[in-house]
Amino acid sequence: MIALVIRRLLQSIVVMLAVALIGFTLFRYVGDPVAQMVGQETSLQERAELRERLGLNDAVAVQFGRYVGDIARGRFGISYAIDRPVADLIAERLPATLELSFVAALFALIAGIPMGVYTALHPTRLLTRVFLTISLIGISLPTFFIGILLILVFGVWLGLLPTFGRGAVVDLGLWTTGLLTASGWKSILMPAFTLGMFQLTLIMRLVRSEMLEVLRTDYIKFARARGLTDRAVNFGHALKNTLVPVITITGLQLGSIIAFAIITETVFQWPGMGLLFLQAIQFADIPVMASYLVLIALFFVVINLAVDILYHVVDPRLRIDRGVEAG
Amino acid sequence: MTAIARLRRTIARVRDHDLWHDFTASRITVAAAAVTLAIVLAALFAPWITPQNPFDPAELDLLDAFTPPVWAEGGDWRFVLGTDDQGRDLYSAMLHGARISLLVGFASVLLAAAIGVTLGLVAGYSGGAVDATIMRIADIQISFPAILIALLIDGVARGVLPRDRHDELALYVLVFAIGASGWVQFARTVRGSTLVEKNREYVQAARVIGVRPAAIVLRHVLPNAMGPVLVIATIGLAVAILTEATLSFLGVGVPPTQPSLGTLIDIGQDFLFSGEWWIVVFPGVLLAALILAVNLLGDWLRDAFNPKLRKGVAR
Amino acid sequence: MSAPLLEVEDLRVEFPTRRGTLVAVDGVSFSIARGEVLGMVGESGAGKSLTGNAVIGLLEPPGRIAAGTVRLAGERIDGLPHEAIRRIRGRRIGAIFQDPLTSLNPLYTVGEQIVETVLTHLDVGARAARRRALELLGEVGIPAAAERIDHYPHQFSGGMRQRVVIALALCAEPELIIADEPTTALDVSIQAQIIRLLRRLSAERGASVLLITHDMGVIAETADRVAVMYAGRIAEIGPVRDVLKAPLHPYTRGLMDAIPAVGRDVDSLAQIDGAMPRLHEIPAGCAFHPRCPSAVAACGRDRPDLAPSGATEVACWLYRPEPAHGR
Repeated sequence: MIALVIRRLLQSIVVMLAVALIGFTLFRYVGDPVAQMVGQETSLQERAELRERLGLNDAVAVQFGRYVGDIARGRFGISYAIDRPVADLIAERLPATLELSFVAALFALIAGIPMGVYTALHPTRLLTRVFLTISLIGISLPTFFIGILLILVFGVWLGLLPTFGRGAVVDLGLWTTGLLTASGWKSILMPAFTLGMFQLTLIMRLVRSEMLEVLRTDYIKFARARGLTDRAVNFGHALKNTLVPVITITGLQLGSIIAFAIITETVFQWPGMGLLFLQAIQFADIPVMASYLVLIALFFVVINLAVDILYHVVDPRLRIDRGVEAG
Repeated sequence: MTAIARLRRTIARVRDHDLWHDFTASRITVAAAAVTLAIVLAALFAPWITPQNPFDPAELDLLDAFTPPVWAEGGDWRFVLGTDDQGRDLYSAMLHGARISLLVGFASVLLAAAIGVTLGLVAGYSGGAVDATIMRIADIQISFPAILIALLIDGVARGVLPRDRHDELALYVLVFAIGASGWVQFARTVRGSTLVEKNREYVQAARVIGVRPAAIVLRHVLPNAMGPVLVIATIGLAVAILTEATLSFLGVGVPPTQPSLGTLIDIGQDFLFSGEWWIVVFPGVLLAALILAVNLLGDWLRDAFNPKLRKGVAR
Repeated sequence: MSAPLLEVEDLRVEFPTRRGTLVAVDGVSFSIARGEVLGMVGESGAGKSLTGNAVIGLLEPPGRIAAGTVRLAGERIDGLPHEAIRRIRGRRIGAIFQDPLTSLNPLYTVGEQIVETVLTHLDVGARAARRRALELLGEVGIPAAAERIDHYPHQFSGGMRQRVVIALALCAEPELIIADEPTTALDVSIQAQIIRLLRRLSAERGASVLLITHDMGVIAETADRVAVMYAGRIAEIGPVRDVLKAPLHPYTRGLMDAIPAVGRDVDSLAQIDGAMPRLHEIPAGCAFHPRCPSAVAACGRDRPDLAPSGATEVACWLYRPEPAHGR
């Protein structure tokens, strides 16, 4: 178990270094950092000095090492477009994105798993058809279009819900939250639904297909032959076995939710990291882009690691703490 | 045998085939195929079946702006689905937009397939370090959503390419970004079938008699991987169209001079609150219908090619 | 002699498919007395397993019992409501399947699976159930049962797992055990142990056994009577001694001739020409007649029913007057 964690950690560090290398390459070679930082009237002399001061004349390996050291300490550089430290920008935006992603993921799980189980257990019922139709629409409707339709119906026509922003937020020092105010909750409903809809259909389809697969296995057949109740067979045995692969993929989806938040944040003008990243792309604001990339990669890697460990906790076959009898 | 008799036999064989049987047995699949075909044809012939060229400013009249659909009050038969803020006929704009969406979609899938199939063949056939490297890159890339990769490529292109030529190159950048973000599934599948085929006797035999590896791969291995590739390409087309629409909606996709469906939705979003809902809803519905239909076709193809899922004869 | 424990009469199992309805089990009748072991042999696809599954109401859809009756201790159990047949499974009829490697749920310890089954069927507390699980594991010959009870299936070898499966089938003291190819997936050296264990445990409890196998050797060693199945029908049924020594049906004779025995020249092994017909191409008349060396005119025309011939019953025109033409 510990060996596994260490091996995974090392792999994660390799992935992070690879991503940092991409970030560094972007930062260093896409456009000229010096030209971005100074005005037109800066003399060549001053430029050369700045170049020297920024260490841009050092060996590439040294520069990369410095870059990794910087981002490890949370120094992400200065935004070209806004002229503020990227770390500050991200710290301001992070809570909004994480809250939105969290609520969306919760919604997707709480609705998606039961829907998937139901459709697998009752493949011919009417409600199954309804769920499957919803899932097809959920996968085919572009996320942004779902958001727009919600705004049109609940915001413009019915006037029930706010159509942009986070509502009133409470400042907790390092963190600002919208989940402590009524207007915050009202504001997060539509964005979270929009963001969670795609994941919901994914989780539902996944649970359904895994469960159908598990229901065909010998041990389920044997569980029925032992006369266990339907409840025990379906939930105690089939669902538990279904959840092993579902945990993996759902965990990995958490990372995607944070990435997909870009779209939702644009539709609802949600002041999160996605919106920041998008503006960075439009202005070719490389430090922000590179930092966002590194940060997202960090999320992915951490989630991957957590999922791997969880997986080993859930599935006894992967635990190697007890000897396997030979022969 | 006369040509007609031969044709009849071919038709009879097709109709006897399991794929055809599955196809006609599912009314939804037939409908999806019809919708896809209709949209593709309409997009293809858009210049000839639309009353207006929405890209030509000379044909637009600002006085026609914000005309509602024909059934609403103030509707005009010249603009069945209404007009946007520029006085552009929405019906014409949508078909031209679908043209761009489909063009980018098809081109990106072709690119993704070309990259993926090549890398998959190379990885599967050569094995060893080459295989490990390619598949490791694939593993890392697949754990990030395609849209993020495409956004990143697009962003980098903005930084690298000269700004004044950006609009001109935007379509190519877009195709490259979407194509490069979608190759992994192709590579994985093709590598899988290559590994299987590689050890088949006829491939071994070909190798023994000295046929070049490239020839073996092209003649023997590739054809066997075509079924799954077709399935991935179909589902990939839906994803590519969706990605293009999303990027364009985010304002980093096609240039505004050549609006795709996503661009139209982006434009229309600004008029949500002033009541001109049709500018956003109609392009959105067309886009959703297109993606849904292609997805359904992909689902059906996948099931049809996957014998495990097909209801077989019981033992 | 008391009334038989299990009576199957004219059982017919059908599978509706796109290309028409397949009859997988066709007019099968047999009975098992209390304490008796009935062997059922035949090639794969002969309908043995389906017969077993039909008895415990576990046919996989779209398969269904189209006709016939199944009686357990005089009461009909075919077509019982879902919940009623569930209470019979495991409690009154235990089942053992072919592959011990896949019959146990990998996510639960063997103890948990036994306790769960005991608690489902018997009115005992959790502690008593665990005690019983321990006893059973000891009885089926698992060494160090007190420790092994908390192990997961993957920590057991194939033979040990099949012992666990037997313990599971026996844990509510069923009157009938259906063992479907219980040793096929095991090493030859372990097969005999498992068969002997099964035989001993059922004899101790006075339980009847329906032993489904394609292995005549297993039948010879274990069964009291044997039913030979071919293409969904019983060709011959009778005391093992009689059937093995003096097989009546040409198919049974063919089967016996194909078994290698010590001291017999392998070259003299006869093979039956051809293969068992697939379900959608079963010929009219006797299903075996195209391959039968002794076929007469009636065989291709009329289907023979089982009729007594000595202690055995056989479905073959050779042992009765041929029916008149044009019937």
